[in-house]
Amino acid sequence: MAAPERTGAAETFLRRRDDARLTEAGFWVLALAVPLVLPEHAAFGTQVLIMMLFALSLDFILGYAGVLTLGHAAYFGVGAYVSGLLSAKLGWHEPLSGLAAAGVVSAAFGALSGWLLLRYRDLTLLMLTLAVSTTLFELANTWSSLTGGYDGLMGIQIAPIFGVFEWDIAGVTGYGYALALLLLCFLALRRFTVSPFGQALRGIRENPLRMRAIGAPMLGHLTLAYTIAAGVAGLAGGLFAQTNAFITMDVLSFERSAAVLTVLILGGTGRLYGALFGALVYMLAADRLAKLSPVYWEFGVGLLLVVIVLLCPDGLLGLYDRVRAAFGWRSR
Amino acid sequence: MGHAVQAAVSILFDGIAYSMVLFVMAVGLSVTMGLMGVINLAHGAFAMAGGYLTVTFLGDLGLPFLPGLVLATLAVGAASVPIERALYVRIYRRPHLDQVLLTIGVTLMSIAVATYAYGPSPLSIKLPAFLETQVGLFGRDFPGYRVFIIAVGLLAFLGLWGGFERTMLGAKIRAAVDNRAMAEATGVNTTRLFTLTFALGSALAALGGALAVDLVGLTPRFAFQYLVLVLVVVSIGGFGTIMGTFAAALIIGVIDNAGRYLFPEGSAFFIYLIVILVLICRPGGLFGRA
Amino acid sequence: MRIGSTSWIAPLALLAIAAGTTVASRAEADTVKVGVILPFSGMAADVAQSELRAMKLYYKLHKAELGGHDIALIERDSKEPSGATAQTLTRELVVQDKVDMLVGYQFSPDAIASAPFITQAKKLAILVNAQSSHIPMLSPYIVRVSASSWQITYPMGPYAFDKLGCKTAIVGFTDFAPGRDVAAAFKAGYEKAGGKLVDSIAMGGPAQVPDFTPYLQRIKDEKPNCVYIFTPAASFNAALARAWRDQKVAEAGVRFLGTGDVTQDSVLPQLGDAAIGWITGGHYTADLDNPANKKFLAAWTKEYGDKVKPDFFTVQGWDAMAAVFHVVKTLKGKIDADKAVAALKAWKEDSPRGPIMIDAATRDIIQNIYVQEVVKKGDSLGIKVIGTIPAVKDPCKELGVGNCAAKK
Repeated sequence: MAAPERTGAAETFLRRRDDARLTEAGFWVLALAVPLVLPEHAAFGTQVLIMMLFALSLDFILGYAGVLTLGHAAYFGVGAYVSGLLSAKLGWHEPLSGLAAAGVVSAAFGALSGWLLLRYRDLTLLMLTLAVSTTLFELANTWSSLTGGYDGLMGIQIAPIFGVFEWDIAGVTGYGYALALLLLCFLALRRFTVSPFGQALRGIRENPLRMRAIGAPMLGHLTLAYTIAAGVAGLAGGLFAQTNAFITMDVLSFERSAAVLTVLILGGTGRLYGALFGALVYMLAADRLAKLSPVYWEFGVGLLLVVIVLLCPDGLLGLYDRVRAAFGWRSR
Repeated sequence: MGHAVQAAVSILFDGIAYSMVLFVMAVGLSVTMGLMGVINLAHGAFAMAGGYLTVTFLGDLGLPFLPGLVLATLAVGAASVPIERALYVRIYRRPHLDQVLLTIGVTLMSIAVATYAYGPSPLSIKLPAFLETQVGLFGRDFPGYRVFIIAVGLLAFLGLWGGFERTMLGAKIRAAVDNRAMAEATGVNTTRLFTLTFALGSALAALGGALAVDLVGLTPRFAFQYLVLVLVVVSIGGFGTIMGTFAAALIIGVIDNAGRYLFPEGSAFFIYLIVILVLICRPGGLFGRA
Repeated sequence: MRIGSTSWIAPLALLAIAAGTTVASRAEADTVKVGVILPFSGMAADVAQSELRAMKLYYKLHKAELGGHDIALIERDSKEPSGATAQTLTRELVVQDKVDMLVGYQFSPDAIASAPFITQAKKLAILVNAQSSHIPMLSPYIVRVSASSWQITYPMGPYAFDKLGCKTAIVGFTDFAPGRDVAAAFKAGYEKAGGKLVDSIAMGGPAQVPDFTPYLQRIKDEKPNCVYIFTPAASFNAALARAWRDQKVAEAGVRFLGTGDVTQDSVLPQLGDAAIGWITGGHYTADLDNPANKKFLAAWTKEYGDKVKPDFFTVQGWDAMAAVFHVVKTLKGKIDADKAVAALKAWKEDSPRGPIMIDAATRDIIQNIYVQEVVKKGDSLGIKVIGTIPAVKDPCKELGVGNCAAKK
């Protein structure tokens, strides 16, 4: 991570915030260990990884650029349908190119919608993002001859990865595939956030007036960030379609957008790892609560949201930081 | 051609009835969002509460229709006061993300409570005989219940509009919507105002939910299903405006109804496209301030 | 390379699973594990509950027949009707819980999404509901004990034309797979008999109960003799009845016909007097007069009271358990999927819905379809059976049309 010339207190601050730490490796090693230690949970693990990727994409636009969107599932859904339709309708079964296509199309869509929408702020922007994803949802419904509508898109068959790794029922292949993608996207997003572009995004989030005053190209920066976020969300959606070999319209639903928002606030916004931990905790909690009491797991999630917003709005990792600060532990 | 006119009249009438329900459900949200700037996604839950309480009052307690309806409305309004004091005050000044998530959390909890208390099956209410008859107007027969809904909606609109424009309370609310700090400087107790407005908005939501029960049925998922529609109405109409909500509800209700008649396979996305168009041209909604 | 390091874990892990499964199954040879995948939360929760209760009641009453064996149910909530959760649960039940067979799949997408994994896992899957006609074609291990939408609807076409005087008709349906299946089935059967289908109206999606008014208005405007309607669940049926009453469609001279779903017994009282005279075609009603049904109703009332009537969903659960019992008894507790399917292909049962059997060619159910009329019974509503169409095989697969057309 080559950093430009920095001096003194500014350098220390940035280094403390941005440089990679050894402890991070712990997370990735654990993630790798899952299929070895708990192979029968690999399929579930894959879904967790997909949620992590999706949440990462949202963190980039929400946590770093400060854009609140109620419709991020739109890009997840676009990616899912692109991958799915390529296989089901056009007979293109190669996974990596199918995934790349998903990312490219959703990024393009993100660029277009971002350019249109990001001129507006607050409640207007919120409603616009919701309207975009709901429009797509209803379009998928109307166009059910293509998308399968409520019944879902059938006939998705994915060829073995690199022609070698078959898709097993335990889901271990899918897990490895998802983990590799997650790591790549994480590294890329990490690179963006520590760059001057990432700094500009933070500036836009913290003080838009000031940013405008110093001549920063607001719409340009925001649109670029939104495009990247949409692209990564599309990759997550494509992954979802490929590992499940079946998708329905709920890839575009409001519930999905709300879930990923929940994940992010659970883990903590603006710090990438918040998305990862939030996704892990959320998926585990949802899974456990659903098995405990199939009918009432919703209450648990609702309560969790209220408690988090009221007591620890910077999420689990924020809580962790506060605990460490309270004990006087510094990171470096 | 008389037959096409007949059909058009029916579509218009049913659309307006649907619009009135939307209006009553949405107007509370418009006012509170305009006044307090808080995104209250739990508004649908208050509507649902109104529906379920009506079912209990009319069904289990055997109350007659109108008193049951009024009681349910008042009960939800009253119950919203401690909720506002305990939860909502804490998020008025918080970022929108926090408001969105807290209120989604409240909605999820209310859905779970409704499922626990009433079960997941759909419930219905028994309308009184005088509403199940047909009403003759302009030489045609119209279903009595829908006429009743339109009457209630119009009354609510006139009452609110008059209240806003003519009463001291209305003036205070309008002042606080325009400029809270200034209103406070002139001695308006905005905290009490917020609570009162919130209670009023929730009560109206409950009324809308109660009216909707016989129209579309009631299940615990009601809270989310009608939330999106209500948000659409409020954003097209503009926040903090009664006239705006009324106009938007009319537009959405009639278009949605007509769409389902003319293009049953799918016309819902049209409404959301309208939202995008309206908001891009007039970001504050049709009647709101940009 | 991470992918490289994962790849040799996969066969090793699978080997471990296989070894573990053999060990486990030898140790628990006497208890057959059955994974139950039903939507215990969400819109169909009460239906799922009813099906599960029927399964448990059958088990309780017939336990002694199992000899030295036992059946353990592992219940999982498939939540939303999109099929995503059902698919994940299928994999988990097979891989983690090591079940011997799977029972459930309420919604068609649940079964459709899970079919490839059912085949891959080589486990018998008994469909408790999932009515899209082509589903048993998706995997050689799927057996259906419920009904198919074509089976229920296709025979009503000729019946409507010949016996009910429907020279012209409209079909209305909730817009998703079973609904479109019904529309296609009615059109095929009705037009073959000589009827004229004037229109086919999609009445909103299954996620939300619509206001039926505009659809009924359109029906009134087009003035058919009859309308044949499919709506999937209780909330829809009640809203439909309300709108039917409000719009005075019967007074406009249109006769109501529908699938058995519309008049399911548990919801019938809620429809109100507007439903009197409605005629539906279905595979079960609680008012059926046969000895097996009388016994079933007596047992049900004794165990669960008489507040909620059993309906066709309940009986589907009951018969699903009967099928499980047949497999366990025939294979003496050693469940092999191919042998289990063979056992069910030879299965015949006197069900509360009449005589049923599994079609050896298609693994779908063969049963009677009853033409039912809604009548006033005391204070409430009941069903009078006015006709029986015996031993109906699924026409979609028989004719090889639409989704049921044989693939290359």
